[in-house]
Amino acid sequence: MINLSIREMSSLLASKQISIQELCGVYHDRCRAHNQSTNAIITLNEEFNADQILQAEKQLNGNQLLAGIPVLHKDLFCTNNLKTTCASKMLANFIPPYDATAVKKLNDSGMITLGKANMDEFAMGSSNEHSAFGAVNNPWDLNRVPGGSSGGSAAAVAARMSPVATGTDTGGSIRQPAAFCGITGIKPSYGRVSRYGMVAFASSLDQGGVMAPAADDCGLVLSAMTGHDTLDSTSSKQPQWQWKKPNSPDLTGLKVGVVSTWIDELQDEGIKLKTLEAINHFKDNGAEIIDIELPYAELAVSAYYVLAPAECSSNLSRFDGVRFGHQAENAKDLEYLYRTSRTEGFGEEVKKRIMIGTWALSSGYYDAYYIKAQKIRRLISEDFSKAFSEVDILACPVSPELPFKHGEKIEGVNMYQADKYTIPASLAGLPCLSMPIGFSENLPVGLQLIGRYFDEQRILSVADKYQQQTQHHLQMPEAFL
Amino acid sequence: MSTKTQWEMVLGLEIHVRLDIESKLFSGMKASYGASPNSQVSFLDAGLPGTLPVINQKALEYAIRFGLSVDAEIPPVTVFARKNYFYPDLPKGYQISQMDDPIVGKGRITIETESGSKTIEITRAHLEEDAGKSIHDKYDQYSAIDLNRAGTALIEVVSEPQMSSAKEAVAYMRAIYTRVTHLGICDGNLQEGSFRCDANVSVRPLGQKTLGTRAEIKNLNSFRFIEKAINYEAKRQIKILESGGKITQETRLYDAEKDQTRSMRSKENANDYRYFPDPDQLPIQISSTMIEAQRKRLPEFPEAKIERYIDQLGLKADDAEIIANDLAMSHFFELSLQQSKATADLNAKFLLGEFSALLNTQSVSISDSNVTASAYAALLDTIENGMVSRKVAKQVLDDMWSTGQTAEQIIKEQGLGQISDASALSDLIEQVINANPDQVASYRNGNDKMFNYFIGQVMKQTKGQANPVQTKQILEDKLNNE
Repeated sequence: MINLSIREMSSLLASKQISIQELCGVYHDRCRAHNQSTNAIITLNEEFNADQILQAEKQLNGNQLLAGIPVLHKDLFCTNNLKTTCASKMLANFIPPYDATAVKKLNDSGMITLGKANMDEFAMGSSNEHSAFGAVNNPWDLNRVPGGSSGGSAAAVAARMSPVATGTDTGGSIRQPAAFCGITGIKPSYGRVSRYGMVAFASSLDQGGVMAPAADDCGLVLSAMTGHDTLDSTSSKQPQWQWKKPNSPDLTGLKVGVVSTWIDELQDEGIKLKTLEAINHFKDNGAEIIDIELPYAELAVSAYYVLAPAECSSNLSRFDGVRFGHQAENAKDLEYLYRTSRTEGFGEEVKKRIMIGTWALSSGYYDAYYIKAQKIRRLISEDFSKAFSEVDILACPVSPELPFKHGEKIEGVNMYQADKYTIPASLAGLPCLSMPIGFSENLPVGLQLIGRYFDEQRILSVADKYQQQTQHHLQMPEAFL
Repeated sequence: MSTKTQWEMVLGLEIHVRLDIESKLFSGMKASYGASPNSQVSFLDAGLPGTLPVINQKALEYAIRFGLSVDAEIPPVTVFARKNYFYPDLPKGYQISQMDDPIVGKGRITIETESGSKTIEITRAHLEEDAGKSIHDKYDQYSAIDLNRAGTALIEVVSEPQMSSAKEAVAYMRAIYTRVTHLGICDGNLQEGSFRCDANVSVRPLGQKTLGTRAEIKNLNSFRFIEKAINYEAKRQIKILESGGKITQETRLYDAEKDQTRSMRSKENANDYRYFPDPDQLPIQISSTMIEAQRKRLPEFPEAKIERYIDQLGLKADDAEIIANDLAMSHFFELSLQQSKATADLNAKFLLGEFSALLNTQSVSISDSNVTASAYAALLDTIENGMVSRKVAKQVLDDMWSTGQTAEQIIKEQGLGQISDASALSDLIEQVINANPDQVASYRNGNDKMFNYFIGQVMKQTKGQANPVQTKQILEDKLNNE
């Protein structure tokens, strides 16, 4: 059961070989069984909402492919009546009175919410060690991190505690944990998925996406999440997109851009080897490999770590202990209430970024940091525009490193530099995904595909064609078989 | 002894205009004044996580309309920005406002001063959301927060520092007030804070080019207070400077009871608002179609109206000004003019005279008048067609007010119609002449004043209902032709 694709599960449900309750029960049991070792889930939906099951059964009869398929939501998607913590003490008891639009759309298509996935607090981090509910362990090696910030979603899918999970990606938070956990994860174009009800980290970069074993699974769930939302002014008015699975693995005519300096500079020989193998696979299937340059991408990490903290410093101001969230006890005055509620409620990484962002926006520094970073952002977008006038997709590494051990990396800048291959596409708002391309030292390696604006179809197609001929995405960590 | 320095005031105003829109600037929540506390608060207004702002199109239209009314540039792109500060009545921890790309650019407005008309430049006008209300005096142990106002739509109109007296500042404020109320984008209710202003006040020796250090007086919501506050503040600054002191740049509050300003916070304690473009919203394109649609909706402003009243309706300049400057009154006037056969002059005179006097005694504004413009028009017609005199019409108006009946009904029921029957009048006048031989003799001996005595007698006998024009004519005939 747990090795089936969404399409396969769906046909079992449709032919009544299994009921929705049974399917959800299988995953529910796995969540219970494996949460102690992975810590991937913060809140398990103990009892499935009867209305949701009923609705799913209706949808199933209406041939809805996703009806009855369980899904895990990253714990920053607001879920009506179900605790939404953002892995923060600040929101440890926050129960939203509304659903995020993405959640609502998946509910409407009949998916069943299993629970809420662990993450780096407020989506800030690349290791899922920054969670008020404890670090998440990588199912491939429990001593190692699953990546972040959507680490709980990635680990849960890798351990097949859920067939699919939602995630969010601000600078790599879907792609890097997908790579670390050996699954497929897509961040769509900025504006493709409504941000309404997603607790904001950096509004101009945050995008909801999907993590699942295969590109086909991702395509099915992502197309159900997308569409214009009148509640989000940055949501795109592009026509509704529906994922179409390609029939053959043939890549003839496809122009794949490769930034060769990015591959040359990889220190990890295993990652380098797998990356080159995957690119050769494209070539063997008829794709043309073209060397391209992204000259300003070198500055991406610096720009990102100004812009994202700047937006976060403002977005997180609402957590002040006045109306909801953690409130300091025995506050004697307003300043004490603010200071103590926030000091107690936020973790170290969040506080660090709030301070960086506050500083970057301060009078006297704004032009030197924020404005300059915005300029770099534009230049990087232009780099991509140029590249996409020559090629159809870009293929590049996701992370320069394999999943590392807990506590191994503590220095901020060191950690931030590991985001250098994922951040450029985030700054440009482009669709991008990570797909498994094999193992090095028994740890998964991912390859990143970046596409043109709103061309999710193409990168998912290329990933699906690759997966038609390879088995990497079907591998499961032994302990969770 | 040196000669005493002559000081000049330099004043700039920031006016906050609450837009008269049913819903808030970004949340779509209702925004009516005076609702029970926290009954008009959406998830966004409460700053709940994951909620997002979506601009109210009507607010954009109103702001553009305002811009056009002050001859301002409307840039093709406008951007919202966040102004960051912590306060319990600011749920998101930032106010959505505008910084670099306001919806309204440079504009201008003309005011009348003692030395003639003067053009004041408007630096910009931008859209922003209001904060909620903190209530500190209701509970001993707590401050209370009402978020009904949080997120309601304002435009802030910023002037250049080009006014040089409190009177000019008031004239400018009135000119903007007239604009926004005539445009129908603001209800103009000063008590409810729909129109309030911050005044930047500085002084400098007459002739000096550089500006003095300024103080900002916050939250003035009456034309009278702003004049007093500015005059007080300028005097305070001059006193400090003349005794060798220095002005600190600060924010001050005006205490109307004590008629003085006091310090609220100094520049050192001022917030660094860390403005930056709101990443939850994309820059908004303002198309020329949008602008032209608003241009078509611009109403006639008082200046043009006064001219039209004088040139086309033949009103006296004073009457034209009073009516044209009062939106509700000019509306009432024009509506009644359309429905009445009476001349515009009679209409205006009665409106400013008897009608206004009644409104005053009833303490009711013309827009809430018991007597509608059409009922008033019908009353004017009874004067025009000679049914009643203006004096009786005043009495009829009082009754219309209290009973809600029409003028004709009242006149009929109370028998107030003028006696316009020439033969009846003629008989009556004959009797009066016969009954007063001495007075007749006196008149005929050249005492012209005696004529009014006869008019009085006729009116007395008819309880004021004799048609005055006819009475005069018949009397003249009878007295002059023995």
